[in-house]
Amino acid sequence: MTMATATPPRRVRLSGALPALTGLGTLVAFFVILEILIRSGGLNRFIVPPPSEIIASFPRIIVEEQVLSRFVMTLTECLTAGVMLTVFGVAGGVLMHRFKLLQQACETWVAALASAPVVLCYPLFLVIYGRNAWTIIMMGFVSALPPVILKTLEGISGTRKVLVNVGRSFNLTPTQQFWKILFPAALPTIFVGIRLGLIFALINVVGVEFLINFGGLGQLINELAERYDLAGTYAAICFVVLVSVMFFMVLEKAERWLTRAE
Amino acid sequence: MTAPSPNAANADILVVDDVVVRFETQEGPVTAVDHVSFGVRQGEFLSVIGPSGCGKSTLFNVIGGLIGHTSGVVSVGGETIDSPHKSIGMVFQEESTFPWRSVTDNVAFPLELIGMPKAQRIERARHFIALVGLDGFENRYPNELSGGMRQRVSLARTLASEPKILLMDEPFAALDEQTRLLLGDKVLQIQQQLKQTTLLITHNITEAVQMSDRILVMTYRPGKVKRIVDIDLPRPRTSEIVGSEAFGRYVAQIWADLREEASRGMRDEEEHTLHHTGGAS
Repeated sequence: MTMATATPPRRVRLSGALPALTGLGTLVAFFVILEILIRSGGLNRFIVPPPSEIIASFPRIIVEEQVLSRFVMTLTECLTAGVMLTVFGVAGGVLMHRFKLLQQACETWVAALASAPVVLCYPLFLVIYGRNAWTIIMMGFVSALPPVILKTLEGISGTRKVLVNVGRSFNLTPTQQFWKILFPAALPTIFVGIRLGLIFALINVVGVEFLINFGGLGQLINELAERYDLAGTYAAICFVVLVSVMFFMVLEKAERWLTRAE
Repeated sequence: MTAPSPNAANADILVVDDVVVRFETQEGPVTAVDHVSFGVRQGEFLSVIGPSGCGKSTLFNVIGGLIGHTSGVVSVGGETIDSPHKSIGMVFQEESTFPWRSVTDNVAFPLELIGMPKAQRIERARHFIALVGLDGFENRYPNELSGGMRQRVSLARTLASEPKILLMDEPFAALDEQTRLLLGDKVLQIQQQLKQTTLLITHNITEAVQMSDRILVMTYRPGKVKRIVDIDLPRPRTSEIVGSEAFGRYVAQIWADLREEASRGMRDEEEHTLHHTGGAS
């Protein structure tokens, strides 16, 4: 009797790199098609500059426009808003879980605030904080707070009853019940809220920088657009995307580390 | 078979005396547990069996102190209890390991609560992990374990708190029959080794006969004690005993009692469904 030996199919070995290569390939193909369309006159180059011009403008943007220091400024504003919304958002969610009256009174308002265009309140923040980084940080913070509060509340309220009962059976105090069971059980959902909050914060930080013409990359985009430097404007937008990517890579690592057992 | 004692003897470590549990529902008051009395002796393995809806889990929650009772007394070693008590360790029907903790950290949880130094509690946790046969899995997380292994982690965690009474609510209900039998062997072995007083809530007759010294049969709603059956089978027992003639006789006796109650429960549920759907079509 002979036995067939199984060899792993080629497909399986490729699977690790294939999605990343496909993603990169799609992006390159998109830029190539865009370049061809612009050069052939299919797209107006005064609306969308060719990708090759955007790439060529990178050294100029880096050297002449101090893009790196602006990049650090936007990143710092985002991180400050991120730390604040994590602390206050999680605390808000916990308080709303702890005090049912507060939850019943405020949950709808917080949910409504999540979908409100808070960015339109920037003149008020300008009056309160002046034309400085705090206006930008506070706008990012306030607009990103609702998802963190709501997801924290959802995570804690959604803790499986049996885990709460395990805690009760071991006679845990309310503080122990929170730190040893409710909070760790809610952590994956809280992270979803923080991730959403940071997206909101980043959008608002760059948006307000643009609107008040102050700070980092948002201001740079504003200035370049005013000068009608389209290639430079798009290059600066690429740096905003870079901030976003870096932000989420760090967050993803932290999330994986904290919820490694889930 | 023996009739239920109206009042448990003083020698019993756990006494449930004339306990009534009544709930208010939208359809009026419902009596889940009706004047239930029994005692559990030191080192004894007692099972409570009954059809779905007989108040078994309510009784589990009352003894564990998780819910209150309308009247009657539950006491451990003479001390009346109406909230979770350190002498009672609970193992739940649902999967209850902490997914964010490793096996060792799960089992060490009650030791952490009493402030035992880390090195000592890890050593102690490893002892209970070995007891439930999970050596080699100390650093794994629950999501890397099977359902049966997770239940053993829960059991080890409860045993680590060294309770006087181990209270288990259908701990193997979610497992397949073979795993259930093998885990039953493991629980029996541990119970005999530790001389652990154990109260098992179950609806599985085979499981109850395999493990118990006595079985308390409950009626369908309202849950009352119908009969207490002494299981006079030799120990140590394993799942091999399920094939013996004596075992079969006990199963048949208990099923005869339960069948009537289960049928009543089924009829009641059918009527309830008909009532709420506006009659048969």
